[in-house]
Amino acid sequence: MRPDFKSSRHPRPRSLLRIRALRAVAQRARAATTVACAVACGAALAQDGKVDPLAVGRQLLAEDNPGELWVQRGEKLFHAKRGPRQVSLEQCDFGLGPGKLTGAFPRLPRYFPDTGKVQDLESRLLTCMVELQGYARADIVKGAFSTLDHDSDMEALASFVASRSNGMSMNVQLDHEKEREMYKAGEYLFHRRSGPTDFACVTCHGDEGKRIRLQELPNMTDRKQIQAVVSGWPAYRGTQSTVRTMQHRLYDCNWQMRLPDLDFASDMSIALTTYLNYSGNGAVIQAPGVRR
Amino acid sequence: MGGTRRSFLRLAASAAIVATAVATGLTRSREVWAQVWNKSGFEAKAVAEALRSLGAANATDSKDIVITAPDIAENGAVVPVEVTSRIPGTESISIIAEKNPFPLVATMELASGSEPYTYVRIKMGETSNVRVVVKADGRFYTAAKEVKVTIGGCG
Amino acid sequence: MAEPMKIRATVKGDVADIRVLIAHPMETGQRRDAKGELVPQHFIQSIVVTYNGKTVYTGQWSQAVSRNPVFAVRVRGAKAGDKVSVTWVDNKGDRRTDEKTVDAA
Repeated sequence: MRPDFKSSRHPRPRSLLRIRALRAVAQRARAATTVACAVACGAALAQDGKVDPLAVGRQLLAEDNPGELWVQRGEKLFHAKRGPRQVSLEQCDFGLGPGKLTGAFPRLPRYFPDTGKVQDLESRLLTCMVELQGYARADIVKGAFSTLDHDSDMEALASFVASRSNGMSMNVQLDHEKEREMYKAGEYLFHRRSGPTDFACVTCHGDEGKRIRLQELPNMTDRKQIQAVVSGWPAYRGTQSTVRTMQHRLYDCNWQMRLPDLDFASDMSIALTTYLNYSGNGAVIQAPGVRR
Repeated sequence: MGGTRRSFLRLAASAAIVATAVATGLTRSREVWAQVWNKSGFEAKAVAEALRSLGAANATDSKDIVITAPDIAENGAVVPVEVTSRIPGTESISIIAEKNPFPLVATMELASGSEPYTYVRIKMGETSNVRVVVKADGRFYTAAKEVKVTIGGCG
Repeated sequence: MAEPMKIRATVKGDVADIRVLIAHPMETGQRRDAKGELVPQHFIQSIVVTYNGKTVYTGQWSQAVSRNPVFAVRVRGAKAGDKVSVTWVDNKGDRRTDEKTVDAA
């Protein structure tokens, strides 16, 4: 049983009984054509109809985005002298050279020679906060996802850096061997069934017309739909009352699939992000997006 | 604070009091704000009580209050509600979420120059009527729209 | 010091559309934190919007206005260059004022 609930701003306790129940349900539901999770979550599906009943609300919410406040705060944090070394992040290299922000986000994840690893936006921010500013890695990781009681600097910084590439197209390149490895690992993980529900990402996101309750699930094997997905992260999430990043999105997916916690900036998270972002190449970046 | 004082403050054009507090930066402005805040209304647990606190117990139904809100809100924490009043002389617009534990959500007083319009995002605990009360030329009018609230996704 | 608001003010014809984003927890007083303790109420109670120095909007809010509130006001007889000022005061007495010049649409 986990004492700290990082998965969302609202604590959600888990129990073995629930996992066993879900497994039993999932086994029965796997044969069904509708999404197993809908049954597991115990809710009725809405009626199918031509008119999208959620469109009005989404449109109204998209017109004004509290996420802009995160960009504002992220910009301040980026330029402020902070941490034990009292240094700003202005020399952080996101792949185009120290301090070059415009055009950096669309190329992530990518290989960085200084760490010898493929890194996404957040793991790169983590590297810079540790190496340049002198923060302890464990402290940043612990506070990387905000809760209703504490704000994460990481979310604000990621919003700011991503927004500096707004209007540009996602353009992940797999030039380096390690980048290709990460992509292949991500593709494998996307399709691998695991955990008590025996789901893979593709179980929910590999077909047209799938839905959980009223939430349509993007078919991420369709180029246009995966582009729509990657263009909107980081995103202000109404249910979370904060900007969430791709790291958190994947963490939350893991939670929903009743898999073990996805560690922040882990190889698995970066592999999946590499696969998803590359699949969404061409998507026009509009960060932060607005999500439920 | 007695009932007469509360009514006096209401009659004393709360907008003017508040605006003065802002303009002169009164150090006791916090108390001033608290005095004009409709405490009994905001703490009312029943819609009828909330309406009474606004003086709107006998509000007449009106088709000239346009409420733009989603039929289905996929997240009850952020429900966008936009109101346009076509009633001449509109002075204030109040928003009530009938099934909320405390139904009165907000009251907006509009001084001249302001369009009879308001937009705010509210929390709704469950599917409910969103009731709008408009005060125009000293009289009260009302309209309502049902907003269904869902829990989306996988919990 | 509270986070600055983001104010967008654009004029179409002679109506200014003023949209405000505020960072504020708007705690209802009914939530429990990770330790299981009730988080006290902390929400914006009053909003004042002035236009070229004149009060055009006075809002009284409850804790049921959304966290990180968004609201909007419209003002007639507007033109680019006009001045908008927004002030909020919460139940703890914290306050914040931000200003914006009206832009053409």
